[in-house]
Amino acid sequence: MDIVTRTRADEALLEVSELRTYLHTRTGTARAVDGVSLRVERGESLGLVGESGCGKTMTALSVMALVPSPPGEILPGSSIRFEGEELVGAAEARLRRMRGNEVSMIFQEPMTSLNPVHRVGSQVVEALQLHRGLRGREAAAVAVELLAEVRLPDPEVRFGEYPHQLSGGMRQRVMIAMALSCEPRLLIADEPTTALDVTTQAQILGLLSDLRQRRGMAVLLISHDLGVVAEFCDRVAVMYAGQIVEEGSAQEVFHHPRHPYTQGLLASLPGRRSRGTRLAVIPGVAPSPNLWPHGCRFHPRCAFVMDRCAEQAPDLLPIAGSERTARCWLESPETAAAREDTRA
Amino acid sequence: MIAGEAEVLLEVMDLSMHFAARDGASGRVRGLVRAVDGISFTVGRGEALGLVGESGCGKSTTARSLLRLLEPTGGRVVFDGVDVLSMDARALRAFRGRAQIVFQDPFGSLNPRLTAGGMLEEVLQVHHLAGEATGRRRRAVELLELVGLRAEHAGRYPHEFSGGQRQRLGIARALSVEPEFIVLDEPVSALDVSVQAQILNLLSDLKADLGLAYLFIAHDLAVVEHLCDRVAVMYLGKIVEIGPAERLYRAPRHPYTKALLSAVPSLDRKSEPGYERTMLTGDPPSPMSPPSGCVFHPRCSHPKKDEECRRDMPDLEECGEGCFVACIKERSRLGGGA
Ligand SMILES: Nc1ncnc2c1ncn2[C@@H]1O[C@H](COP(=O)(O)OP(=O)(O)OP(=O)(O)O)[C@@H](O)[C@H]1O
Ligand SMILES: Nc1ncnc2c1ncn2[C@@H]1O[C@H](COP(=O)(O)OP(=O)(O)OP(=O)(O)O)[C@@H](O)[C@H]1O
Ligand SMILES: [Mg+2]
Ligand SMILES: [Mg+2]
Repeated sequence: MDIVTRTRADEALLEVSELRTYLHTRTGTARAVDGVSLRVERGESLGLVGESGCGKTMTALSVMALVPSPPGEILPGSSIRFEGEELVGAAEARLRRMRGNEVSMIFQEPMTSLNPVHRVGSQVVEALQLHRGLRGREAAAVAVELLAEVRLPDPEVRFGEYPHQLSGGMRQRVMIAMALSCEPRLLIADEPTTALDVTTQAQILGLLSDLRQRRGMAVLLISHDLGVVAEFCDRVAVMYAGQIVEEGSAQEVFHHPRHPYTQGLLASLPGRRSRGTRLAVIPGVAPSPNLWPHGCRFHPRCAFVMDRCAEQAPDLLPIAGSERTARCWLESPETAAAREDTRA
Repeated sequence: MIAGEAEVLLEVMDLSMHFAARDGASGRVRGLVRAVDGISFTVGRGEALGLVGESGCGKSTTARSLLRLLEPTGGRVVFDGVDVLSMDARALRAFRGRAQIVFQDPFGSLNPRLTAGGMLEEVLQVHHLAGEATGRRRRAVELLELVGLRAEHAGRYPHEFSGGQRQRLGIARALSVEPEFIVLDEPVSALDVSVQAQILNLLSDLKADLGLAYLFIAHDLAVVEHLCDRVAVMYLGKIVEIGPAERLYRAPRHPYTKALLSAVPSLDRKSEPGYERTMLTGDPPSPMSPPSGCVFHPRCSHPKKDEECRRDMPDLEECGEGCFVACIKERSRLGGGA
């Protein structure tokens, strides 16, 4: 059966539910992604932010079916649906087609995915041959166009250069060009602009917004730059210790964070006012994925910790009167009621 | 000139790094890439100089050539009174113990066959630090904890870390030799803001307590503003503005600096009424055939831009409050009593 006929209007473009990606290492099992659920609609942009090492890249690699195995394993019960079609356990040929034509990814570290011994141009051409069947001169011409579209200076000259001859941000733009070469319906961008100055970054984000509007391309944007997420994304999901701890519209989450982790994150932002002072940090260290804390995974570092937090793990609880959720006992009806009482 | 108030530790004079651009097929030289084109600055003891600018403008090349990881094609570099460019192999080794670098690309700069602990212990051994094997092992764990990693990470290989964890390994490695000066090339770009805050606090402490000096390259202008005493803004291989951070952020003079500051994404910009981003228009410039006159003129939106800008190459000149700017129109503004 054709995928298109199975697609229903109410289906999300991407729906991940209860994703568990574990890594079986020499020192035990790391539960890197541990029950992540998220939805990306057509043409939407979802931001994914969170602590370094909390499992963002692993979540993205799971969707791409690129988790290294061994040591990685996607656990039974995990589900990743693209336009309604289950991808967990799908045949490798199907996954390859998905990666080439429907979903593409900009990887966090460009040098890990650019081949150092091949010229930049031939790598873009190869992507175009593979995904769009273009050949020879036509492929080369489209490649140069793509490189110009991502604002690479002297695209014809850069075409013939090797990755090491490019600056960090130029390599990043080559990667972006390659990811866009297949005209994906979903772009997963893992820290796509970390090596770009803010003016070039604004141009690249503008290009991506444009593609969202023109082609209905959806974007899953992983970034530590909260300003970028606030400006580019409709919704944002905050991750901590292998789980999503808060989700909602980017504006609401950043202006009225509910989870103590999100609050701590926002309090750490540097800037004019912080000059000459120490920055606020969330106390303690990130927990080990081999041994997540019992109860709420954030409780050992939380300023609002209650007895219950150490014993029982909270679910993602809806926040009354909004479309948002937070994984925090402070959002439970009883606690919320008690809070109202003490206020009264 | 172009110095801060602290005693000078590093002085860079008229530094240039030109690469030969070769033709893909024939291998013939077909031009020069003027990656770094005659820049001068100083870094004082205990001072942090920020280096910002457009992607590809030559920041990493500046970093590599002043540490002689590349042989610059022109200029002078003096570290603590000694000429770096004429050091022999032995002097260079000693220099590397005092001046370190954290590379922009953490993955490419870590040996894939060494565990995190093994790598740190090796550096300690080469530089005769932290005593015997047990001392080195203890110190390696200490260093990992200093950058927010855990003891258990010592046994892991580079590919077993997340992007931000790898970035912190690079910082731990640079700190391990107890240097006096570190070039940090995008050292916190892969860190969430809380871990980033922890690293920035660590860098501030080392600066205050041990007098460590930094050349801090970053695209995140808020991070630079937080940490740096002075800031240099680069465009197409040249410094176009340099001065105290507080002043440069409050009253930028060069049109490129202004464009840069206006493009910073923020949490509130979407809702700020009347906020206009000055988008840079025009094609990104080519270091192979830089524009005549002021290298920024084709994209400049200065109201007084004219023929003179197309013709004359501006030098860095003082424009008040310790700031230097390479813009003919801003210079004349000062002369006119502004
Ligand atoms: N090959 C591997 N073997 C063992 N552990 C791994 C491996 N790759 C990643 N990890 C661990 O899995 C966890 C999740 O890693 P992931 O790369 O998803 O983090 P991340 O959220 O993308 O972090 P960052 O923001 O630093 O990039 C981390 O704790 C990391 O140390
Ligand atoms: N080994 C090399 N051979 C030829 N050209 C090079 C080489 N290394 C760098 N370049 C060129 O020098 C210029 C400056 O590059 P550099 O890496 O210093 O930029 P950057 O300011 O660090 O940029 P980014 O912010 O993107 O990291 C670029 O045009 C780049 O292509
Ligand atoms: Mg990552
Ligand atoms: Mg660089």
